[in-house]
Amino acid sequence: MTARADRGHGRASRVAVGALALGLLAALSWAVLSLPGSFDGLTGPALGRLSESGVTNPVTAVLLNYRAYDTLLELAVLLLAIAGVWALRRGDWPAGDLHGRPLVISLLRIALPLLTLTAGYLLWIGAFAPGGAFQGGAMLGAAALLALLSGRAVCARRHTGALRAGLVLGVLVFAGAAGGAAALTGEILRYPPGDADVWILGIEAAAIVSIGLTLGALYLGGRPGDRHA
Amino acid sequence: MIGPLVDLLLLLLIVLLAWRALNGRDLLRGVIEFIAMGLLVAVAWVRLRALDIALAEAAVGSGLTGALLLSALHRMRRREVRRRDRTDGGEG
Repeated sequence: MTARADRGHGRASRVAVGALALGLLAALSWAVLSLPGSFDGLTGPALGRLSESGVTNPVTAVLLNYRAYDTLLELAVLLLAIAGVWALRRGDWPAGDLHGRPLVISLLRIALPLLTLTAGYLLWIGAFAPGGAFQGGAMLGAAALLALLSGRAVCARRHTGALRAGLVLGVLVFAGAAGGAAALTGEILRYPPGDADVWILGIEAAAIVSIGLTLGALYLGGRPGDRHA
Repeated sequence: MIGPLVDLLLLLLIVLLAWRALNGRDLLRGVIEFIAMGLLVAVAWVRLRALDIALAEAAVGSGLTGALLLSALHRMRRREVRRRDRTDGGEG
């Protein structure tokens, strides 16, 4: 193919992509404009039964009570993502040589506990205000990333069994809770009345560990283990 | 009074940063612009009173995705250097 034909081909595909994007824009605009103006959606029912949901933050009520099944599947997607990355290649552990960099070490000494504490706070406050396992998990992931980049994540490198256990913990506990709730109330993820708060906190506590570890482990870009092992 | 002005500025900056992140030649610059765009999108979520999404966007969308993109960039560059070394060695 000559260079000119190549260029013409590129222009044609650009025009096609542009036309497609414009069509999508028109369809989406039409969809938004055709929404009924005063439709309350499910806000009413969601707020109406908030007192039974075990939490007072409606977002957490939706994520971990009304639509807990979706959240369980989201955790499974995260697990699949890390499994896919691990299947592709071995990860590179940053060398993280901190000799002669005392400021970084003292920063880590403050930042790591603080990030962990913030993650726990976000987990707890999620029941009443914006927060929750995903936001807290992102904090833990940031802490894991800092530890990785500075070479302080040696224990995760030696004990990959613990790392693997932590990665699947969220899905296991969530699925176990689904089964347990089914045994108690006859319906999957329908928590026993009155105890919903304990169930939600338990599930989120397991989920936050898995989310944090998954996000941190994704950064490695591959499965743990030494390159030449 | 000042609210709509802030929103307009926010919108313009988000679109500008998105455009620059996609169209710049320097990939590192693009990643940094992407991170900055994520933070502004988080502010936009705050303006829409969706604090939960703002938190998730700031932490995951901007922070962790940014870190992942930076590490991917680092890896790409290292691979390029290795390939160049190999071809140089073959010729010399």
